[in-house]
Amino acid sequence: MASRRINRITRFNVTALALGFAFLYLPIVILVIYSFNDSRLVTVWGGWSLRWYREFFNDRAMLDAAWMSLRVAAVSATIATILGTLAAVALTRGERFGGRMLFSGMLYAPLVMPEVISGLSLLLLFVALDAGRGFWTVTIAHTTLTMCFVTVVVQSRLGQIDRSLEEAAMDLGCNPAQAFLSVTLPLIIPSIAAGWMLAFTLSLDDVVIASFTTGPGSATLPIRIYSEVRLGVKPEINAICTMVIALIAIVITAASFASRLSRVQGESAAPL
Amino acid sequence: MAEEIQKSEPELERAAEPAKIEPPVVAASLPIKLEPDMPLLRIEAVAKKFGNFRAVDHVSLDVRAGEFFALLGPSGCGKTTLLRMLAGFETPDEGRILLGGKDIAHVLPHERPVNMMFQNYALFPHLSVRDNIAFGLKRAGMARVDIETRVAEMMALVRLEGMEKRKPDQLSGGQRQRVALARALARRPQVLLLDEPLAALDKKLRESTQRELMELQRRLGMTFIVVTHDQEEAMTMASRIGVMDAGRLDQVATPRDLYEAPASRWIAEFVGDINLFEGQPGAAEGGRLAVSTRDAGTLYVTEPRKALKGAVSVAIRPEKVKLSRRAPAVDEANAFNRLEGTITDVSYLGGQTTYKVKLDSGATVSSTMANTTRIVDAYLAGQRVVAWFTSDDCLVLDQ
Repeated sequence: MASRRINRITRFNVTALALGFAFLYLPIVILVIYSFNDSRLVTVWGGWSLRWYREFFNDRAMLDAAWMSLRVAAVSATIATILGTLAAVALTRGERFGGRMLFSGMLYAPLVMPEVISGLSLLLLFVALDAGRGFWTVTIAHTTLTMCFVTVVVQSRLGQIDRSLEEAAMDLGCNPAQAFLSVTLPLIIPSIAAGWMLAFTLSLDDVVIASFTTGPGSATLPIRIYSEVRLGVKPEINAICTMVIALIAIVITAASFASRLSRVQGESAAPL
Repeated sequence: MAEEIQKSEPELERAAEPAKIEPPVVAASLPIKLEPDMPLLRIEAVAKKFGNFRAVDHVSLDVRAGEFFALLGPSGCGKTTLLRMLAGFETPDEGRILLGGKDIAHVLPHERPVNMMFQNYALFPHLSVRDNIAFGLKRAGMARVDIETRVAEMMALVRLEGMEKRKPDQLSGGQRQRVALARALARRPQVLLLDEPLAALDKKLRESTQRELMELQRRLGMTFIVVTHDQEEAMTMASRIGVMDAGRLDQVATPRDLYEAPASRWIAEFVGDINLFEGQPGAAEGGRLAVSTRDAGTLYVTEPRKALKGAVSVAIRPEKVKLSRRAPAVDEANAFNRLEGTITDVSYLGGQTTYKVKLDSGATVSSTMANTTRIVDAYLAGQRVVAWFTSDDCLVLDQ
């Protein structure tokens, strides 16, 4: 009875929901709307226009920064996915090796480590190694940041898969590596894809770590935006942000579809 | 003593089988040259420990080609570990496993000519029924055309025609079980290992599947080793049963011998129901031994061949205990053991009825009687009865 009353659509429920969503999304909606603003002033509405989008595509420095960000995100997400998946496999499938708890603890440390600290420590490392800061230093830094997220996603999926599936594959003529590739990998691939997309978006919007590890001429988009904003917000920034939001929304939707696919497939993989 | 009891019927039937066998759907597995008396599979003093726990404790066993062998035991007795060592998923700490005379104890699973059907079937959820069955054949590097033929053969064998394109989650429990069986059989293993093959099926389906498995095994002439905790299942299907407890193989016998001549009190209680009376053996006279029991006075049993030392148990299966209102006429030839008591419990099971009779000593005897007529003059709780049985039907077991 009580639950039915809560489920009913009342004026109070609708209001609460609307306020909640407004709190979360109103700033973003305003930003998106103002990205189509014709006015030179950010806060004054001057009619609809695609002017600032055109502006962006003519802004060489911004385009370079965006291209840099996409490359860093793609490369670091790929490396993080490979390493993160291997770590997840080692943690769930490997023999119980000594220091396993320590290993998993250390793997998850970047999840809770303040980004300023990891950024600073990486900066010190690169300086000590006398490595020229640029594309690769940012990419490596983002890989260390995002790898643990991939591990978490893949590990939870691997844990659901019955070990006897791999044993069955070995029984039918696969060596352990072939068993993993032909049976386990197809079952966890949606999770790996979800992990990759998560790593991609994390890298795309990171400012803190990138600002420590980037060098002259290799600013990522968030850093570029951040430095522009300090000189005053141009409506062009709104247009860029709107495109980033669209990209991230697409990637996150794809990631959630991927993990749902993984779950559906997994139902018959789970032990009876 | 077990071996001397007459061969059970299934054994005899099996022995006569090869002569009139129809052409097998799957040709006999790889030809292996065996010495005339060499068993197909020989397990020699195999032992396996997990930490300090002895999972398998020096088990030795021979399995002949074409046998349907069951490993029976309670959970945790080591039967599954033994099976997994045959499949190659565990490596024995000690001992040898000879398959066709070759030691395979340390051969990796994918290099062994045995296949296993897993308890939860372990079907690949991302592959269709057809691809599941073809999986092992592709690995073996079989030509595409031959794979198609073999898969079709297997689908027909387990009666799954038309299901080729389905995924495992679109199948019922019974169908999944048959896919798992077809997949394991497709490579024509020398030995098929089955881990609790029927545990996930409901009772009716389990009974029909038992018959199908037996029929299939006979038709293919393949060696089956099945692990089960269900003694009825083992008795129905297997030509020989090995009973395991605490890592040891306690007895290997035909189902009939196991039931009628269990090697120990533990096996007697594990396989079927039994009444036990503890006592001291007395004098033997005219082929019969008098045992003075605490709860049932003196019981006469046919003198066992084996010498007895110390305390013994007289064991009698419930269906061999008959009930009557008055004591039967004393028949010297049979020297009935007669126990008087009161019926305390009646369980009517349709085909049979089990009575619990409380003796005057306080002990309880169960008696199972078949309901052979529709209108039965049944006994009622509270009624005085005489429970009687012959000395031949009694077993004497060491304490």
